[in-house]
This record gives sequence, C-alpha cells and structure tokens, in this order.
Amino acid sequence: MEKFKPLPSLPAPVKTTGIIGWLRTNLFSSPLNSVMSLILGYIVLSLLIPAINWAFVKADWFGTSRDACTSGGACWVFITSRFSQFIYGFYPETEYWRVDTTFVVLAASLAWLMINHLPWKKWVSIFAVFVFPFVAYVLLHGGHFGLMEVETHRWGGFMLTLVIAVVGIAAALPLGILLALGRRSQMPVIKSFCVVFIEVWRGVPLITVLFMASVMLPLFVPQDITFDKLLRALIGITLFQSAYMAEVVRGGLQAIPKGQYEAADALGLSYWRSMSMIILPQALKMMIPGIVNTFIALFKDTSLVLIIGLFDLLAIVQAALTDPKWLGFSTEGYVFVALMFWVFCFGMSRYSQHLERKLHTGHKR
Amino acid sequence: MSSEAKKPQAHSTMPNNKPLFWNDPEKRALFFQALLILAVGGAIWIIVDNTLANLEQRGITTGFDFLSKPAGFGILQSLIEYNEQESYGRTFIVGLLNTLLVSGIGIALATLLGFVIGVARLSHNWLISRLALVYIEIFRNIPLLLQIFFWYFAVLRALPNAKQSLSIGESVFLNIRGLYIPSPVFEAGSSIILIALITGVIASFFVSRWAHKRQDDTGQIFPTTWVNLGLIVGLPVIAFFISGSPVSLEYPELKGFNFRGGITVIPEFLALLVALSIYTAAFIAEIVRSGIQSVHHGQTEAAHALGLPHGRTLKLVIIPQAMRVIIPPLTSQYLNLTKNSSLATAIGYPDLVSVFAGTTLNQTGQAVEIIFITMAVYLLISLLISVFMNWYNKRMSLVER
Amino acid sequence: MKKIGSVAAAAAVALTFSVQSHSATLDTVKERGYLQCGVSTGLPGFSNPDDKGNWQGLDVDVCRAVAAAALGDASKVKYVPLNAKERFTALQSGEIDMLSRNTTWTLTRDTTLGLNFTGVSYYDGQGFMVSKKLGVSSALELDGATVCIQAGTTTELNLADYFRQNNMTYQPVVFDTSDQTVQGFEAGRCDVLTSDQSQLYALRIKLADPSSAMVLPEVISKEPLGPSVRQGDDQWFNLVKWSLFAAVTAEEMGLTSANVDQMKNSDNPDVKRFTGAEGDFGKALGVNNDWAYQIVKQVGNYGEIFERNVGANTPLGIARGLNALWSKGGLQYAPPMR
Repeated sequence: MEKFKPLPSLPAPVKTTGIIGWLRTNLFSSPLNSVMSLILGYIVLSLLIPAINWAFVKADWFGTSRDACTSGGACWVFITSRFSQFIYGFYPETEYWRVDTTFVVLAASLAWLMINHLPWKKWVSIFAVFVFPFVAYVLLHGGHFGLMEVETHRWGGFMLTLVIAVVGIAAALPLGILLALGRRSQMPVIKSFCVVFIEVWRGVPLITVLFMASVMLPLFVPQDITFDKLLRALIGITLFQSAYMAEVVRGGLQAIPKGQYEAADALGLSYWRSMSMIILPQALKMMIPGIVNTFIALFKDTSLVLIIGLFDLLAIVQAALTDPKWLGFSTEGYVFVALMFWVFCFGMSRYSQHLERKLHTGHKR
Repeated sequence: MSSEAKKPQAHSTMPNNKPLFWNDPEKRALFFQALLILAVGGAIWIIVDNTLANLEQRGITTGFDFLSKPAGFGILQSLIEYNEQESYGRTFIVGLLNTLLVSGIGIALATLLGFVIGVARLSHNWLISRLALVYIEIFRNIPLLLQIFFWYFAVLRALPNAKQSLSIGESVFLNIRGLYIPSPVFEAGSSIILIALITGVIASFFVSRWAHKRQDDTGQIFPTTWVNLGLIVGLPVIAFFISGSPVSLEYPELKGFNFRGGITVIPEFLALLVALSIYTAAFIAEIVRSGIQSVHHGQTEAAHALGLPHGRTLKLVIIPQAMRVIIPPLTSQYLNLTKNSSLATAIGYPDLVSVFAGTTLNQTGQAVEIIFITMAVYLLISLLISVFMNWYNKRMSLVER
Repeated sequence: MKKIGSVAAAAAVALTFSVQSHSATLDTVKERGYLQCGVSTGLPGFSNPDDKGNWQGLDVDVCRAVAAAALGDASKVKYVPLNAKERFTALQSGEIDMLSRNTTWTLTRDTTLGLNFTGVSYYDGQGFMVSKKLGVSSALELDGATVCIQAGTTTELNLADYFRQNNMTYQPVVFDTSDQTVQGFEAGRCDVLTSDQSQLYALRIKLADPSSAMVLPEVISKEPLGPSVRQGDDQWFNLVKWSLFAAVTAEEMGLTSANVDQMKNSDNPDVKRFTGAEGDFGKALGVNNDWAYQIVKQVGNYGEIFERNVGANTPLGIARGLNALWSKGGLQYAPPMR
C-alpha cells in the first residue's frame, strides 16, 4: 500500500507575500489608505530630503570661525569649535580628566548593576551608594588631596546637566521612599503631613521652586550660613523631585499583594524590618521603570536651571548663540542640544520599557 | 531606625502582659506624631523667625501694601484694561489671565492633537503609525524649554519684518511682530445674534434630551449631531443676515512702525503655545493609545455582533471604556501643561511668573510675599483642575454597569 | 530617647545660630578670604567674562578695588553673575557681599529694598537705539513703536513715563537678559532698544553690524550707577564707599598704578596719608592702613579704570563727559580724605 503523500503546499499568492504583500497590507489596504499613504509619503520625502541635505550633504564640519562655513548647509563648525565648552563649561582645561573619570566610574558601576549575571553586585551597589558620592565630590570640586579647587560656578555645560540630574535623583529617592511610607501610614498626623508635602510640591511649577531656592533659601537660614548657588538649586530640585518619587514608590507599594504585608506581620517582624526585608525589595524592583521615567523627566527639567543663572548645556549654548562672531546659528545650536538630550532620554525610556517587559511577571495580575 | 535598638527589650518583656510604653503601638504612634509636630513646628518657627530677623535687619519692607501701589511699567499683552498707572495688584491679575489664556488654549490644542496622534499610532497604515511614533518619540524626549527656544528664537525669528509681512488676502498678516487678524466690531443690533446663539444652544439641549428619550422608547436613532450643529451655527447666521449684518470686521493696517487695528497675537504667545501643545500632545498621544488598547478586543467584536456600525462602536463602546483609563493620566498632563506655561518667562511672554514674580518682584523687592502668592496661585489652579477632572472622571465611570 | 535628644540638640544649634547671626560683613569676608561680588551676566565694558572666563570691566574693577582694600589682594573676588531680576534678592539674602552691576541709585531702592548705595561709579542716562534704516532721528518720532527692554530695571519705569508724558504709545517686549534684548533687536522683533546709554554702546558692539544701528540723542533720565550693599552694616558700607572715593581721590592727586610706588616716598602729606605711611585711616575702616595704596597699585585710579574699560580706546569708545573729575567739568568728586 502506498503511503499517502500530501501534495506540496502551493506558495502563498504573490499579492500577500514579499514586498508587494507587505505594501498591500500596510500601505494600500483600501483606497483611502492608499491616498493617505501617497500624500504622507510625499510630504515626508519633501521634508526629509532638504533636511538631510542641510544637515549632512551640504554641511561644514570643521574649522575655527564662521568663514569655514561655505557650503550653504548646516554650519556644525559652531558646535565642533566650541564642543569642549559645551561639555565641560568653564572647567579648567587641564582638569577635564577629573570630570571624565567621575562619569566613567559612574557609568561603569551602573552598567555593572544593569547587566545580568555579573558577580559582586552587592559590593558594587554599596560602592555606588556610599563611596562614590564622596569620590565624585572630591574629584569634581577638588580642594583636597592636592587637587586644584574648581568652584561650582565654573561648572557648566553637559557636565552640570549630568551632575544636577544624578544628584537630584539619588537624593530624591530615599526622601521619596520615606514620604511614600508616611503617606500610607496609619498615623493621621504623619499621613496628612506627607500628603500635604507631596501635593504642594506637585502643585507648583519647578521654576518657582528654583526661584525660591535661589533667592529665598538664604533668607530662611541665619546669615552666617551661606549655600552655594548650585547647592541651593539642588536642594530645590531634590524637594520637588522627592514628591514625584513618592508617588512612584506609592504605586510600587500598592502593587504588593496584601498577603505579603500580612505574612510579614504574622512573622512578628517590626514595621521597619518588614518594610526593609519584605516589602521594599519587592516593590523597588517593580518601581524601577517608574524611577527611570521620573529620571527622564528630571533630566529634561534640569534645563530650567538656566532661568536662575546656572550654565547647563542649554544655557551655555544659548549664551554662545549671542556671541557676535557666531550670530545666526541658533538652529544648529538647538539641534545639537536636542540631539544630546534626545539620545539620553530615548535610551533611558527604551531601557525602562525593556525592564517593564522583563519585570512583567510575579505579582502583576 | 530606632526599632533595632529596642528589639532585645521587646523579648525580655514578652511575658509581661502590660507592654512597656515604647512597645505599645498606640502610644508609640502618638509619640512619633507628637515628635513630627514638634519637628515641623520647630522648623517652621525657625524659618519664620530667621526670615523676619533677616528682613528686619536688612531693612526690607514687608507686608502686602505694595499691591495697591502704582506699577509704572507697561505690559505687552493684557486681556483686561491695563496701563502704567494701574496698581501692582492689577499686574497680578494681568499675569494670571495671560497664564490662564495660554494654558486654556494649550490644553485644548494638545488634547486635540494628542487624540489625533494617539489614534494614528494605532492605524493599520504602516506609514501613519510610524509617523505618529516618530512624532511621539522625538517631542517627548526633548526638554520643553529647548522646544520653546527653538520655536521662538529659530523659527519665529526667521519671519519677515513688518513691511514684508506674509499676508492672506490683505486681512491676515504674519511677521516677526506677530500674527494680525481682523477683529469683529459689534455695532448696534448685534445683540440679536447673541440671542440667536443662546437660543440655539438651549434648543439643541432639549433636542438631545428628546432624541435620547425617543431612542429609549422606540429604538429609533435621531441624527442629533447634525441637527444641533444646524441650530447652533445656523440660527446666528440667519439672525446675522436678517438684522442686516451688524457685525463688521476691523482689518489690521500698517501704520507707522506696526500694524494697528484687528487682533494681534504676539510671537511670544505663539511660540509658547506651539511648544506647549506639541510637547504635551506627545504624552497625551501615548495615554490615548494605551487607553484604547486597554479596551479588550472582545468588546469590539461584541459590539459588531450586536450590529453596531463602526462609528457607533467607537462612540458607544470603545471610547467610554477607554476614557476611564485615559482621564487620570490626562489630568496630570493638563496640570503639567499649566505649570509648564511658567516657562514663558524665558522668552518674555507676560505670564504670572514673568510679570508678577519677575518685574513686580524686582520693582518692589518683596520676594517672600510675591513668591508665596505665586506658588499659592499655581497650587490653587492645580487643585481646581484636579477637582474638575475628578468630577468628570466620576461621571465617566458611571457608564460602567 | 536618643532621638529626642538629637532633635533638641539640633533645634538648640539652630536657635543659637539665629540669635548670633548678625556678624559684620567685613569679618565674614576676611574669614572667607575672598569677596563675593554681584555683577551682570555679560555687558562689555562693565562686567563681561573673556574667553577664559576672567571677568573684566568697570563694575568688575570696583569689586577688585574693594577686595584690594579689604584683603590686600584685588584678585580675591568671586564674581556672581546676576540678571536684573535676581540682583537685589541676591544682595538682600546675603548671597553676595556687594552689588556692582550698573545699578541705578533711586530713593525706593535706598529705602524699601533695604539697600545702601555707596556712591556713583558711572553717571549715565537712559537712551534709545534704533536701526538706521528706520529713518528716525528723535525719540519723539517713536509713537507706536515696539521697544525691547530688560526686565526689572528702572528703564522700564522711565520708558513708561516718557511715552506717557509725550502722549505716545508703545509696546514693551521684556526679556530677562540684555543679550536677549539685543537678539530681539537684531531680529527685528522691536524697533527700539532702550537702556542706559553706556549699555547701548556696549550692546551695539554685540550686533552683527554695529554701524547699522544708531543711538538717538535724547537722554530721558538720570541714571547714576553705583555699587550697593545691604543696610545695617555701616562698617562695610563705609569701606565700599571709600574704596570708590579712594580711586577718585587718586586721580585728583595724580596717583596712578604706575607712579604710586614712587609717590609713596614723597613728602606730600596728602599722599602720605593716602598711602598709609601716615595716619590711621585704614584702621578706622577696619582694614590695613595701606588699603588705598593697594587699590591704586593693583586696580588703578578712577581715570585708569574708566579708560581701560569703556574709554576712547576701547570698542565702546565712550568720552569721559559727566564722568570726568569735577575739576575738569565732570561730576566725579570725592569728599576729602582726612
């Protein structure tokens, strides 16, 4: 008996596979869609081609003055000739290595913590949390161990943006955790204090907070105590950000099933023990995407410090734009700043989405 | 915190039925709360005390008397009558109204744009959904302040000067000084149009109620939207022609340095509005997308199985359910937009922060009072928006059965 | 219990701070080792950082003179760039020890703002700059014009008064920094840029083509610009006041940074008192007796300061005019040092 052999299956119709099939399903599935695709395609091309022309084909990249810009496109000379100022601000040139070292160490320890399966994570995180801040301060500010002192008013550019964002988030997280725990507390006074604190900071614009920190903070303390301008901005940003962080933490705490709280209580753990050993480790894991999103928001908000006279990346480019030798290159300047911010924010938001998918297990129901 | 230290004692006192003071949760709670009150009260007292001492020692005037003193400076844009002799209190109102103006229009535009982009993001057309994605990812990952600068210093600065204005039919002009549009002038008899408009609105309200009831009773659907549109737009138009067109347009004209007459939309306003709307729309689009995606596909299928056409499925089944997911985050976006409008000060749009916490603060030097008022006002606006949106959210959730 | 103790201790510390807070600015400056001086965010000729971030200008030299007097070293200054809006709060709040930032001396500022102006480092007046293309030759032709102006200045008030007096209308476009006002003017956002005349000359060189703009002849206000300090510290007030007068006196006496070492040994009793070889003026002010010598040696006399920063041989090219010595037809006059 002959075994039954099915005929080989026919190939799918040409219209549904390959490029043509893809085009049919995705761009030209109906007459209306076809028209829209064509119109939009035309608009996109007619915008994209001149943009590429301007930014790459006809652009000038290197030189020392605006005379180097002859091709009629973008004049990136403006950026390249001032690049180190945009990155380091007025930091003395001979000391750039200190800034580099600080951020390389920071990036390395963060990467170590992010990559799976690397050993000694505990020690790295202890280093990052307890040792690194001092190392960073000594390196950046100097004045100890034979390092030249670089006062904060010489800090600027992208370096300042990073300093504000990193310090802001690192200081806001513990404060935010305390506030969130307070907000869920049974004790009415502590609870209402935390609610008021959180809602007040969330209800006012960051500008007014910065303004308050910059001009009014010194009035609040005795005359002998003076704060550095950067420190004042950091205090303002930290208070502001801790309120937002508290809401993220609260979300994380709420996502923990009630059984976990009850189990911790049943084991007879004290409040702080059950929080630090049972609840927060689970909640923090779930909060990471939220924290990253808050960090992105903070990172973008750092640009506001230009209003109180600190020279972050945007401020320093804005100042360079008014240099009479370089008038008229605002588009190049803004595109550069936008690109710097965009790369960081987009990268982080991708990372947070990746985490969200990775952590989409466990308690999510 | 302190509990670790107390732990051994907790064990040793276990057999005792009456717990010690610090092991009784209620008493401990009382103690901690008292401590917090003391600490907060003390901190506030120290701050107030220091501030008063500092202010007095430095001879800075305090109090709110300055609000009634004449301001003496001009403001570029004011929704109410304002001139230099008005008081500082008046500058506060002018600034506040300007803030509300840009926030209000910004919220409307951002919502509109955000919904369009959010729906486009879910389009089956690859090109449309990709473009929406590109829009979202570009605009939400760039600082708002930078976008404001870009629109103001790079885009609007490229516009021609007053003499070479771009114009549409000699009635709308656009130049670096702003956008000039004709303004309506209401002459005698124009009140009839207003009456017609009000009549139209009231009539359409009753038509809706009647149509709703008829549908409940008979199941027949009445084309409410079109009839109402006809009532609200048609009645005033008819009234306009019947009463002999009592409304005329005043066209902007180039006189001296600037265009005069008509309505002037200053470029600072345009830049701020465009930047705020585009930035916030990117976030709203994501909210709308996730809201729509959160509605289970079975709902659509069920609606189709019941024979509802696509449009009514969207209107009656998908959107009401999606709205419940959309509204809470949408509220916080509205709040963000309102707070972000304070960035106006960077480009000189005369909003609350720029006029009141800027010029007025500087002329009077009373930083504490002015910053306090400004923060309180923003807090109040935030609370009002939250309250309104919570009310709306409650109304929407009633749709659930 | 530990907790209560620490809270109480913290509160006690805070309280003691608030009680003994009113120490003298001069002592603070000496202890700190440098002077904190508020300057502008960048105005050529008055206070402007060069390519390497070193501050230069007339206002900056006033700061350096005070540092030379107080600390004996003109370079011991930390410059705090401030825009017009934040300058007074920065001084009131103690962020800076003195403000030297082309600031006009007015009654309100002396009273309700709690400042003390210590003198006039530059006599100025408000003027208008227009584009030559506009074809305007007098400020009275500016009816209906759009005016770029810096926020939080007296010019904002003078402008309003001037237009109201002459029955003219205007639209103010208010920016935070003078740089932005120039940008606005350059781009054509406004027809007129108004500010103190000295600033107009300074800002004009920031235009792509400085010759395309002209400063109108009208001066619509008196703008005596000078350094200011907080109220309530007379010792510090006196030191800042006399540092400026010392620079003027030096010019009156013909002392310059080049010849002061030589003149120090002269027999002229005035010069001897000035350089501290005789008398105890420094002690009376709370500083070293050679304070005035240090000012002239390290910074120069008023005439040198003026010529170096804004004078005829600088890009600003401003004539001495009102700022000449009283003996030469100007207004700069120092009370006698004795």
